[in-house]
Amino acid sequence: MKAFTYERAMSPAAAAAAAARPGARLIAGGTNLLDLMKLEIETPVHLVDVNGLSLDAIETLPDGGLRIGALVRNTDLAADERVRRDYGVLARALLAGASGQLRNKATTAGNLLQRTRCPYFYDTNLPCNKRQPGSGCGAQGGVTRQLAVIGSSEACLATHPSDMAVAMRLLDAVVETVRQDGGNRRIPLERFYRAPGSTPHLETVLEKGELITAVLLPKPTGGIHLYHKVRDRASYAFALVSVGLILQPDGTGRVAVGGVAHKPWRVEAADMALPRGAKAVAQALFAGAKPTPDNAFKLLLVERTLAAALRQAKGGQS
Amino acid sequence: MPAGTVAKVSLTVNGRVRALELDNRTTLLDALREHLQLSGTKKGCDHGQCGACTVMVEGRRINSCLTLAVMHEGDRITTIEGLGTPEHLHPLQAAFVACDGYQCGYCTPGQICSAVAMLKELKEGIPSHVTPSLMEKPELTAEEIRERMSGNICRCGAYSNIVQAIRDAAGRSA
Repeated sequence: MKAFTYERAMSPAAAAAAAARPGARLIAGGTNLLDLMKLEIETPVHLVDVNGLSLDAIETLPDGGLRIGALVRNTDLAADERVRRDYGVLARALLAGASGQLRNKATTAGNLLQRTRCPYFYDTNLPCNKRQPGSGCGAQGGVTRQLAVIGSSEACLATHPSDMAVAMRLLDAVVETVRQDGGNRRIPLERFYRAPGSTPHLETVLEKGELITAVLLPKPTGGIHLYHKVRDRASYAFALVSVGLILQPDGTGRVAVGGVAHKPWRVEAADMALPRGAKAVAQALFAGAKPTPDNAFKLLLVERTLAAALRQAKGGQS
Repeated sequence: MPAGTVAKVSLTVNGRVRALELDNRTTLLDALREHLQLSGTKKGCDHGQCGACTVMVEGRRINSCLTLAVMHEGDRITTIEGLGTPEHLHPLQAAFVACDGYQCGYCTPGQICSAVAMLKELKEGIPSHVTPSLMEKPELTAEEIRERMSGNICRCGAYSNIVQAIRDAAGRSA
């Protein structure tokens, strides 16, 4: 690990200002950043510790929604009674991710901002446009079983690894931030992640130093909430694919998919296709998909996983 | 080394206040093992994948390899050395011995620290991936234990005896 200086931020705006300095990074749970620093994939010269900021509350909003502080730990978010009752897909997605130890440390904002687990991003002997812009993409023509089938580019096939983000996208979450000038803004998660294009190292629309202060959820949607994750091990593994589903009694609803793209994948036409079944939804989700021979199975796997979720939802279980 | 890359930090480890001056890069794991000579906590993968370094911070289990010591000013840390002694074993330590819940023993301190905190999480009603209903209290089943302990790898494969040890210890304290 490279040497770095360290400070504890005293306010969100001060944290944003400190993090805007060259080579500075914000640190909260640290479970992803420190791993990457040990590998020298991340090499900050200054760390701004935000753990002392009081951003760890979950508040009910006047409109019936929730305001989830950026520092709420994954365990606490999944265990919150309001989340378990009204946003079941979020609790289920959180509990499907990582391990007990990691969920105790990992934060809501950090979960959204975690980096890809693409093996070419992690292997510093190989080119990666995300790790070293312009160096090329080692995954092209390489081992791509775990990688993206849609939304990817010549420059990058990485997927976003988060389960939580899939549920947040399904719930129309909005990211609240503070910038170094102290100004706030709200960014719908739908517009939060950037397509890789030719600049896959730019992953979100956040500006340098911009700090997430909270994630806002609209009022509860009702319906049955399910999160089905398919992976190589029964526990403690990243998704090959995952399906978040909210199904209403009249057969309408929402679908978001993880493990297939650089962001949680949700398509309006796929939501509209729900009453017509899993095949129609998968067709709408994956219009324009560009899978490789290694990962084309993900398209059928999503369809079958959604079919299983729909069967369970119609059986009335959640 | 650039200026300002060393910091003073005070930790309360197993009930004792310990003042340290550390390179900012020092993980909590390395602070415990290399600076406080508490070598019961093990370094396995050093990347949060194996759980051998599990300790409790303010009563919650975490991977000590994935956090910096300097981020824990004033925190109360419990390691395997703080749970029991050879003369007075913690009930989970005794259960691991009785059930032969290990082979080489390298993952054992992490397994036991993890299990102590895991049983507390279960008691508090925190759900898991395998909990049938989010609105009902989870039960102490083998399936729950396996899921909740999945962050602790045992490469000898002593899992069935580890599950038994945790069930036995939890049954006795219940």
